[in-house]
Amino acid sequence: MKESSALSFGFAGQRARVPPDPIPNSEVKPCSVSSCSVVFGHANLGKLAAHFSTKQTCRHIYPNFITERLLLWGTDEKMNVLTVLAILTSQFGVGGDIISQILSIVYILFFVVFIFYGQRIQMYAMIREVEGSLYKLKFMREEGRKTAVETIKEIGKPETDPTPRVDRYLEYFTISPQSMDPAGIVDKLDHILDVRDARLKDEVKLMAPATDEAQTYNLENTLEAAMALNYIYKVVRHYYIQGKKTLSFYTIMQLQMILPLVMKEAEAYASALKAFAYGQPIGDGAGPLVAAKLMHGYETRKVPKDCVMATVPFEGRTALVIKAEGPGGNVGKPGDAVKATIEENQGKIASVIMIDAGLKLEGEKVGEVAEGIGAAIGGPGVDQYKIEEAISQFHIPINAVIVKEDIGDAVSPMRKEISDSVDKVIERVKGVVLERTKEGDKIIIVGVGNTIGVGQ
Amino acid sequence: MIVLVVLALALVSLALAFNAFMEGEEIVAIYLVIIGFIALGLSTYVLMQSRSRAAAMKIETPKTLTTIECKKCGFKNVREFQRGDYVYKDLDKCQKCDDRQIITAIYKEVKEKEKTFPF
Repeated sequence: MKESSALSFGFAGQRARVPPDPIPNSEVKPCSVSSCSVVFGHANLGKLAAHFSTKQTCRHIYPNFITERLLLWGTDEKMNVLTVLAILTSQFGVGGDIISQILSIVYILFFVVFIFYGQRIQMYAMIREVEGSLYKLKFMREEGRKTAVETIKEIGKPETDPTPRVDRYLEYFTISPQSMDPAGIVDKLDHILDVRDARLKDEVKLMAPATDEAQTYNLENTLEAAMALNYIYKVVRHYYIQGKKTLSFYTIMQLQMILPLVMKEAEAYASALKAFAYGQPIGDGAGPLVAAKLMHGYETRKVPKDCVMATVPFEGRTALVIKAEGPGGNVGKPGDAVKATIEENQGKIASVIMIDAGLKLEGEKVGEVAEGIGAAIGGPGVDQYKIEEAISQFHIPINAVIVKEDIGDAVSPMRKEISDSVDKVIERVKGVVLERTKEGDKIIIVGVGNTIGVGQ
Repeated sequence: MIVLVVLALALVSLALAFNAFMEGEEIVAIYLVIIGFIALGLSTYVLMQSRSRAAAMKIETPKTLTTIECKKCGFKNVREFQRGDYVYKDLDKCQKCDDRQIITAIYKEVKEKEKTFPF
């Protein structure tokens, strides 16, 4: 081991223990000369010119004067890259052998690059991450479209290729009513949603003429999942291209920040595709599953809209159990059903109990049951509004029991924990009924959610 | 592309390290070995990541099970889900008591990942 290399090895831009040695095999002596202004970056041009006049002098003097040496580049046959490196590193107080000099230069360059281009490098890393997710989303969208077309061909027996119609379906949009004057907006929204629902069902019927009602509902759900995947992909792609075009760090950063949540939702829809295509119960069907268990074996009748109701004796009370009509993928209109039932009974209802799937927080267990007050129903709010209107008109207390699950569980095939929670929910409902109502009372129990794969 | 360049540079660095070691430049060799291994590790990791990302490009379809029960004798049977199954669907007669069987549950079993949080 050479002593010089052992002692002079600087690390990460730090000065080594001994001052820099001359570069081996170099004809340049890296030391300062007093006859020239050698302060880094301050060149005395007059003196410089004098030195440039003789090549011989250049080999031996002013080694610390970076400008001078760089100007000599290519003019002196003895100068080479290593010499320049040595001069550069000696300017920063780093010397030693060639490896330590390279390391120091790399280290300094690293800092300089990160100072000026740090944010841009970070942005490119984010863009790459978004790009990866976008590929995944594109794949999911294609899968959704493919599943929808295949299912239509399989069960709908269309005479022509349904692909163009599916592509058109995936681009459908709904414009919500104007809310500048909010009076009467619920009815307007309800009407718009009814029109949309009827239109989409007609489209499905045209695409798949050989389907029965349940299959039509399932196909509609499959197409809606494919539609959601198509929309998510297009929105993410929009912000990705916009961010790349404008090189806006904040657009890309916002997209990258919400991407895990978006991907979770997209993955949930992707796994829902098969469930809808095959007609399997999904996590959101927890409410209808409980209602189905309560009403199974009792006579059911249709109530508006797309719902069924059964009159069931329950702990000495009469329970009017309502759920969407299954087993097709359908949520019905529980708002209309509850309103109609209350009006039918002239408001003589002791309590309304709603059962639904509720979003769990991270850390909570899937299938956990919780109890509370209020109309447990999601969606655009029309049904919740109608239920609240009806119960407040007759001063009927309203209770809610929810089964906790996350968005992924809600739209993918039902998990065992959710299926097993049905008995726990019934126990909770019994508790509420026994504590809050009297024997002989009439109560309404509503199982809210998509009833796909759940009969009655 | 960049990953492959880094991988090549890592291998060059390791070769140079060997060379330096043979020439007695041990500290130089150590530095080159460290640089070589870090670059090798990083490039291999990135390559593996991109491969696993490509492998993850599939939609998982978990196995869905159907539970069939006889209300009279309580005979229970679990089989794989078949198209057309739905909860409370009446099925064929029970093997034991000749009464009708019904589907009582349709579900998927998900293996929970091990908890990594203390709460």
